[in-house]
Amino acid sequence: MTKAGTGTQALEATGAPVPVVGEDHGVTRRLFSSVWVAMSGSVLLAVVLSAALAPYLWTGDPLAINPISRLKPVSAEFWLGTDSFGRDVYSRVIYGARTSLLVGAGVSLVALSFGLAIGVVAGYFRSLDSFIMRVMDGIMAIPGILLAIALVTFSGASLATVVVAIAVPEVPRVVRLVRSVILSVRTEPYVEAAISLGTPTATLLLRHMVPNTIAPLIIQGTFVFASAMLAEAAMSFLGVGLPPEIPSWGNIMAEGRAYFQQIPGLILYPGIVLALTVLTVNIIGDALRDTLDPRMARNI
Amino acid sequence: MTTPVLKISDLCVRTDGRQQKALLEGVGFEINAGETLCVVGESGSGKSITSLSVMGLLPRGISRPEGSIVLDGEEIIGASQRRYRQLRASRMAMVFQEPMTALNPVHKVGRQIEEVLRLHTRQTGKECRDQVIAMLEAVHMPDVEAIYNAYPHQLSGGQRQRVVISMALVLKPRLLIADEPTTALDVTTQKQILALIKELQRKNDTAVMFITHDFGVVAEIADRIVVMNKGRVVEQGDRQTILSQPADPYTRMLISSVPSLVPRSREEPSAESVLNVSHLNKTYGGRRFFAGTSRVVAAAQDVDLTVRRGEIVGIVGESGSGKSTVARCIARLIEPTSGSINVDGQEIAQTSRRALRRFRTDFQIVFQDPYRSLNPRRCIDESMIEGLLNFGTPRSKAIVKARELLALVGIDPDGMRRYPHQFSGGQRQRICIARALALEPKLLVADEAVSALDVSVQAQILRLFEDIRKLTGVGILFITHDLRVAAQICDTIIVMQKGRIVEAGKVGPVLTQPRHDYTRTLIESAPGRFWDFQNFRPLAQQPGPEQKM
Repeated sequence: MTKAGTGTQALEATGAPVPVVGEDHGVTRRLFSSVWVAMSGSVLLAVVLSAALAPYLWTGDPLAINPISRLKPVSAEFWLGTDSFGRDVYSRVIYGARTSLLVGAGVSLVALSFGLAIGVVAGYFRSLDSFIMRVMDGIMAIPGILLAIALVTFSGASLATVVVAIAVPEVPRVVRLVRSVILSVRTEPYVEAAISLGTPTATLLLRHMVPNTIAPLIIQGTFVFASAMLAEAAMSFLGVGLPPEIPSWGNIMAEGRAYFQQIPGLILYPGIVLALTVLTVNIIGDALRDTLDPRMARNI
Repeated sequence: MTTPVLKISDLCVRTDGRQQKALLEGVGFEINAGETLCVVGESGSGKSITSLSVMGLLPRGISRPEGSIVLDGEEIIGASQRRYRQLRASRMAMVFQEPMTALNPVHKVGRQIEEVLRLHTRQTGKECRDQVIAMLEAVHMPDVEAIYNAYPHQLSGGQRQRVVISMALVLKPRLLIADEPTTALDVTTQKQILALIKELQRKNDTAVMFITHDFGVVAEIADRIVVMNKGRVVEQGDRQTILSQPADPYTRMLISSVPSLVPRSREEPSAESVLNVSHLNKTYGGRRFFAGTSRVVAAAQDVDLTVRRGEIVGIVGESGSGKSTVARCIARLIEPTSGSINVDGQEIAQTSRRALRRFRTDFQIVFQDPYRSLNPRRCIDESMIEGLLNFGTPRSKAIVKARELLALVGIDPDGMRRYPHQFSGGQRQRICIARALALEPKLLVADEAVSALDVSVQAQILRLFEDIRKLTGVGILFITHDLRVAAQICDTIIVMQKGRIVEAGKVGPVLTQPRHDYTRTLIESAPGRFWDFQNFRPLAQQPGPEQKM
């Protein structure tokens, strides 16, 4: 019964979809095509594995105090020496990876989920936009580390409070990102078509708009991850971060500060591991950005 | 016999990389001094690649051209970048489609034209300036001194294109390549720019290579025509021959797809109205929180219109006329400021968005850009059944219905699990139309729904609208900037200018005996209005009812 498109159909053989060549060679494969990225990936994998398998990597108890063997240099027994309480630095650095990764992942998760929720609301409901964004501007105006220190001081030091304290200053940046994506997507014809088809607002947001934020969010997530690890180390180093019973790279460095002249390894080893991890996460973040969003790569 | 200004022979260009794809194969033609050669083709035909090859401006990822391009007796394939730089502007120049991006937004336009002179001549500053002023006068700019000191954003689209043309022609090149120079402009401006190019060409005996997809423009200005398709020259010859006796079937198909201004005869639609709009107003600006009092812009003022069952009503106007504002108000994608919109007996102008949801089945919209109208992350079937699911149809029933509709619009229903990028532009527009029909609307708003399509696809989609109207009796509000398209499909035409309706009536009378000056201007500016493309013959005079079959 169809009479549509009679006549000149030769040009556009209706029905059969046009095959598209040269698209989608797999994000993963393109991502790891660079040597640097592949190297960063392996280093990060090593850090993650050692954190996960810490008890099986010839480590001792990272908290065991042994006054007899204080401030020992590198030896067969203590691979990276001991600190002022006689604790094994090697074990502490390995277990510290757990803390750092946990803080990084926790902060990313908290900052991204809150940022996503607030950003979507600000981007879609125009009446709330200016109010939300002024609050975000307010948070951004306070130096992040200062805000985090204040929050920890109020609520007491624990892993959860440190994660929240570092996440709060990161939220406004994520909000801005999500909001800008939503603002640009909301006028796309396919969103308007969905409105016209009577799609309820919640479905509209989740189905047609939020998926567009995923790629930039993953990228932003890696940067949050890296800066959270740094922030935790800085706070612990200043003595306002994690309580001393949790080994973290920042803690180890803080305690080694006084003995830096005698045993530089106390600061050097955790410092190197921290720098390396942050660097690899950043490299992977950059590479992700270039692969997922080539336009952004050129603009930034 | 004089030597041609440009002689291209056996030009081949392909993409770089492992899978080399031929972009141009054995292209050859020549242009003489004072002649206008129109290169016509649909998207992907290779017409722009040809012009970029001549200019030596091929983008990366494309191989160096092979064959021969002789400009003014000099072979330029294989010339150094330095030589190309000397040739550009002095011997050959190019005008692009989008004048805003062709100009540097942070420099005054006068300085930008002067730069060409300073780079290529040894004149003093005063001489340069005088020459630029003279050039601006030559392109008929009002208040030349003010224009000289203006920034691009302060000029209108037509003025910007005049500046770009002055830049291209200030050194009196032998060859001017114009790549769709009027596509982004309104028809009235287009007419002026075409006349300007003709005038300057005559004055300097320039050879013009005019690239366009619009046969209307071709019929107006071409001396000779080259028709391209898929990287090959299909046919070339003088204007009269190509337009009246095209030999190649592709050319025949292409030319017969061109809408002409001759209105088709239409049967009387039924009396039952599906849309009644009265005193519709939409203003932008006004109260703002931080910006203080902003300028109030009336995008639509006092708009009244009626669409009856099975009727196609066209709203025609140039950019900024408010035609899209009206369409979007009626589809309730934006809130009308005041007035009444009555769809099938239901008043929707002031209904809240939440309450409006259950009436959404009655009116649907199809957009201009088929590439952005479908969510790229979702399969076609998901997009097709979304509306039905929203209104409680069970999934299995919705799928059956979607298959029926896809078959109706000429898409193979077995392709439903595919993603939008696997379909061509025309196919996507068919899918969008099918999606809009899924809810069995009484009113379909088509907002420039065929403007982004190639002319042959455009003809097919117009036929589809016509078929759908007959089959379902849906009333269609058809927004377009192209009077020729409106002439082909509409029963009633509404002409809008600056937010107001200036004329409305049956398509025949409006096109043949326009009462308003603006309508007359629009009709007179429509390119190729003296040519009946479907029948390969010129029209004797102003298109009138006597030409009607």
